[in-house]
Amino acid sequence: MTASSDVGYHAQRQARWHYGEVAFWLIVLGCGFLFPSRYLIMTDILRLALFTMSLDLILGYAGIVSLGHAAFFGVGAYAAGLLALHGIITEPVLALVVAGLAAMVLGFATSFLVIRGVDLTRLMVTLGIALLLEALAERFSNITGGTDGLQGIEMQPIFGEIPFDMFGKTGFFYSLAVLFLLFLFARRVVHSPFGLSLRAIKNNPLRAAAIGIPVNRRLIAIYTLAAFYAGIAGALFTQTTAIASLDVFAFERSADLMLVLVIGGTGYLYGGLIGAVIFRMLQEFFSTITPQYWQFWIGLVLVVIVLVGRQRLHRWVLYVPNLVIKQVMGRKAVVAVPESDS
Amino acid sequence: MTIALETQNLEKTFGGLRVTRDLSLKIEQGARHALIGPNGAGKTTVINQLTGVLKPNSGRILLEGQDITDLPVHKRVLRGLSRTFQINQLYPDLTPLETIGLAVSERLGHGGDWWRRMGTRSDVNDEIADLLTRFHLLDVMNEETVTLPYGKQRLLEIAVAIAAKPRVLLLDEPAAGVPESERHDILAVVGSLPRDVTVLLIEHDMDLVFSFADRISVLVSGALLTEGPPEQVARDPQVKAVYLGEEAVNV
Repeated sequence: MTASSDVGYHAQRQARWHYGEVAFWLIVLGCGFLFPSRYLIMTDILRLALFTMSLDLILGYAGIVSLGHAAFFGVGAYAAGLLALHGIITEPVLALVVAGLAAMVLGFATSFLVIRGVDLTRLMVTLGIALLLEALAERFSNITGGTDGLQGIEMQPIFGEIPFDMFGKTGFFYSLAVLFLLFLFARRVVHSPFGLSLRAIKNNPLRAAAIGIPVNRRLIAIYTLAAFYAGIAGALFTQTTAIASLDVFAFERSADLMLVLVIGGTGYLYGGLIGAVIFRMLQEFFSTITPQYWQFWIGLVLVVIVLVGRQRLHRWVLYVPNLVIKQVMGRKAVVAVPESDS
Repeated sequence: MTIALETQNLEKTFGGLRVTRDLSLKIEQGARHALIGPNGAGKTTVINQLTGVLKPNSGRILLEGQDITDLPVHKRVLRGLSRTFQINQLYPDLTPLETIGLAVSERLGHGGDWWRRMGTRSDVNDEIADLLTRFHLLDVMNEETVTLPYGKQRLLEIAVAIAAKPRVLLLDEPAAGVPESERHDILAVVGSLPRDVTVLLIEHDMDLVFSFADRISVLVSGALLTEGPPEQVARDPQVKAVYLGEEAVNV
């Protein structure tokens, strides 16, 4: 049946790799070789990108809003710090996974609170959980180091072979490898029936249930996975900076995350990556020209983005590349506006 | 005859308002059963209780003899009870291909599959292609649902319900709001449903009801007024009184 193979072809349309995507990752990799003096900021961007991708999984795909995503980031950060500090697990990759799992356990436990409410309740619940953890971390200062944070963390070589260097080169490529692997995994997940069912739930939970989707189970699953991602991002933070302090739980971290995702766009995975780059660049740029008022300018940019509409911005930015593709290759643009971005 | 769907003494109140009053319905296997009644009679409330969106205050709902009163919505679907909505409940950002693909995947138990890509199972693809063809949606399968004309959305609404391969199908005003030019497609699709699927139709359009149904229940103020074959219901003086001024009932 030709219609059937046609259906199969089109159903996989989005899951197929586009040239634009390959180019994107090559550029990211290239940056590692082109700007050897910028490893620290670039590593920071990679961590933020991973953290934002985690929020995108729940917000962009499943429609769960959160103002407390730093909770998982923080748990991952402290877990990685404690594992290294007390020499429990000294191999960084293994410690990273364990820290991610710790955040994942918290994500699973709190998901039951989060799926109950509507948007406003979810904002409050997630915010509350993050504040609660911050307070706990402060209270149990004998474990967490309190306001001083965990100090004296010494990272062992990755796989016992590759030591972290003082320029952050190892940290950068390590973070990039982790980000890329987790991106591949997320990409696979969002193009599966499970991933599609999340978008269906976000679009219309009533109908989602009416075709037999167990809505709550799916939301718990993705929330738990996102917590794992955020935990990994937090652990990377500790491992590449060798500190973990109370501000890993800070409200600003969760709020910034929302800004980053809004700037980059939700629901196509690259939003977090692009948003992280733009956000840090803007931050850098504005804080250079007006050290005191950079937040004002970031706020202004955000307002403009929301007013003009990201779709229109994407179209303007991609106008020329798409024109070239159309002319040269004689087909529709491969770098299109993300379709679930309205 | 076996009973496909049954309600026993169903009661539902919203505050002080009794919207379903002691409703006992029996719908036979394979029947084309219509539930009619004036505006505000509580027809959609009944559907919502049958599908699990609302919980009745008391009474029981049986699907093929099994009590489903306390089952959540998605479990009733897996047991073979599916519905369409009076007002389209679709996924604006998803395409018809994705919408139907998802429904088929869920039914075949692949919905929770988080590794295998959409479109790589040939059994699912075959079924999607079949449904898209039957519902005249093949040419728009990659368009976002929100951009489709209303008639196409209506077809998709019904296609999604059918994709669940229901044994009992609840159609809530399938032709509502569809322009005259596109009505034919909808009626043809509804008319060509396989006979082993039991259909409960809720409808305002009397032409459609009398051309389609072999049994009619009349609901007034949440209670069952009368029930019987179309000819009998059409002659019923009570029914005429209820519909007087709304529409003349002719067979």
